[in-house]
Amino acid sequence: MAVPVVFGVLFITFALARVIPGDPCRAILGEKATDAVCEKFIQDKGLDRPIPVQFAIYLQEIARGDFGVSFRTKQAVTEMIVERLPQTIELTIAAMIFASLLGIFLGMIAAYWANTKVDVAVMIGANIGVSMPVFWLGLMLAYVFALVLKDTPLWLPPSGRLSSGISVANLTQWWGLEPGHALYGLVSFLSNLVILNALITGNWTALGDAVKHLILPAIALGTIPMSIIARMTRSSLLEVLGLDYIRTARAKGLREIWVIFRHAMANAMLPVVTVIGLSLGSLLSGAVLTETIFGLSGVGRIMYDSITARDYGVVQGFVVVIALIYVLANLAVDLSYAVLDPRIRLD
Amino acid sequence: MPPSEALVRKLDEMLPRGSSLWVDVLRNIVHRRSAIVGGAMLFCLIVTAVFAPLIATHDPEAVLIGVENVKRRSPPCIHLLGCPPDQPQHLMGVDGNVRDFFSRMVYGARLSLQIGFSTVSFAIVVGGLLIGAVSGYVGGWMDNLLMRLMDVILAFPYLLLAIAIVTVLGPGLINALLAIGIVSIPIYARVMRSSVLAIKQMDFVLADRAIGVPPTRILFRRILPNALTPLIVQGTLGIATAILDAAALSFLGLGAQPPTPEWGLMLSEERNQVFTAPHLVFFPGLAIMLTVLSFNLLGDGLRDALDPRLRHR
Repeated sequence: MAVPVVFGVLFITFALARVIPGDPCRAILGEKATDAVCEKFIQDKGLDRPIPVQFAIYLQEIARGDFGVSFRTKQAVTEMIVERLPQTIELTIAAMIFASLLGIFLGMIAAYWANTKVDVAVMIGANIGVSMPVFWLGLMLAYVFALVLKDTPLWLPPSGRLSSGISVANLTQWWGLEPGHALYGLVSFLSNLVILNALITGNWTALGDAVKHLILPAIALGTIPMSIIARMTRSSLLEVLGLDYIRTARAKGLREIWVIFRHAMANAMLPVVTVIGLSLGSLLSGAVLTETIFGLSGVGRIMYDSITARDYGVVQGFVVVIALIYVLANLAVDLSYAVLDPRIRLD
Repeated sequence: MPPSEALVRKLDEMLPRGSSLWVDVLRNIVHRRSAIVGGAMLFCLIVTAVFAPLIATHDPEAVLIGVENVKRRSPPCIHLLGCPPDQPQHLMGVDGNVRDFFSRMVYGARLSLQIGFSTVSFAIVVGGLLIGAVSGYVGGWMDNLLMRLMDVILAFPYLLLAIAIVTVLGPGLINALLAIGIVSIPIYARVMRSSVLAIKQMDFVLADRAIGVPPTRILFRRILPNALTPLIVQGTLGIATAILDAAALSFLGLGAQPPTPEWGLMLSEERNQVFTAPHLVFFPGLAIMLTVLSFNLLGDGLRDALDPRLRHR
């Protein structure tokens, strides 16, 4: 199932990049490039070959993990992925944690006190949350926490990843790895996950600073999924709470908290996990907007820049990686069903 | 009797007697507070959009330099709330190009509704009525091919795909709408396909087939009208997402172009001024949020009202 989808994604990205109007040569070398220069450029990049041949070559290269070189910066796309992806991963994971924890918690209290003022308040909040434009919420959060609450302990930075003057160690140097070492790429990737890096090297100043910078973007990005998760948890838990086995559990005198967490939530989590998995797509989309507002240079930002600059290779590389992450995450959600619900067997 | 109950009873009485599907649905909606709130908000929005020229105090694109004594990005000035009478009144202040912000907001409502309805109509016609219906009715390899294509579109984070499509077509409001329409096709195709699959098996369709009614007639005259309900619910909720996405594209500079009074664009033009002139960022975002909220509330109400399991409850 996942394989044809990945293949289709590769094809659509390839096709879209080829039909972008405009001349890639002049977009990269400048308007003044002569015809002779352009001809050589097109030959070098293989852009004069028939489209199917270009696609076949492209697939071959991807299979080898080679995403080509950026036309613009001459940097290898794989290298750019190693540099940019960690930032987006950090943001997405932080948003996901915020959305899941708060969403499940709010959904639980709304279901437990269903049809009371608590429930109504949570559901009004969830409806507003679902309707929230990510970019507006981001700007408003920045306004409140960076300006209105300035000089209070609640102040939070409105942009960037680390304050100036604070940096983290390069893990490849930390462990004395040379370029060309088998783990060099992986370690550079981990090194760019600032929070993980700070944890490994015990750099508590940088850790606190990075977390502080991540709070506002994560809230902005996580609000829509959080509201969806809250609604799903509520309806799913409400359904389960009406079942006989819950009445039995209560009748045999179990503590209420135990009934909810151990008995009810175990069965109510299944649809919630599906929603969490599905929300990954909207998180990756929202990352473009969030990164723009909070001045972060992650995947979303570079996708946007490369598309407008017609940097084919970079666009293709990142889209493939994102689609792979998405497909894998949905696969993980499917597999987690078997763990959460022993009645489901994956054969 | 609390006033809200009195209102519900009154609305209920206004509905015709009898129990056709749509009267039932209306009766159900009337009993749902969130749907009423959503409907009322939407009604205000439609009134604003229709009567925009009467409500707006200024021309939305008129630059007021030399016309009035106002400064760039000056905050709201409302005479009733104590703004000195010698200053010209601007309900939501003045933007960076010295245009009346309130008038731009009012005209923005027009654009927002047009955006919502046009993208969703496009997606419903192409995705629902063409791809979904054909896929469900014809089945076989055609169904397989179309649905796998839909899977591929769904495998992209939708905003990234929309950005890519706009880049291919060139920035602009129409292209942005087309991109959002294309990206949302799979949802309607899937919804429609599943209803068609269910209805195809029903006795009245089999009867039609037995007496030799041509397939296209069966599909368009017999099956489609019966399969529209879920599509309408999905469409109402889809308008909400479409408005959000169009605003996002405009915010990124890929949708509406200046000086169009589009809320997303207005927000993007003033976003660097969020610390100095927050009102210019606050109002457009709030308007987008309320518009999207009204469609979400109405869509949820419609879904509950149309859900046969919940009817007559």
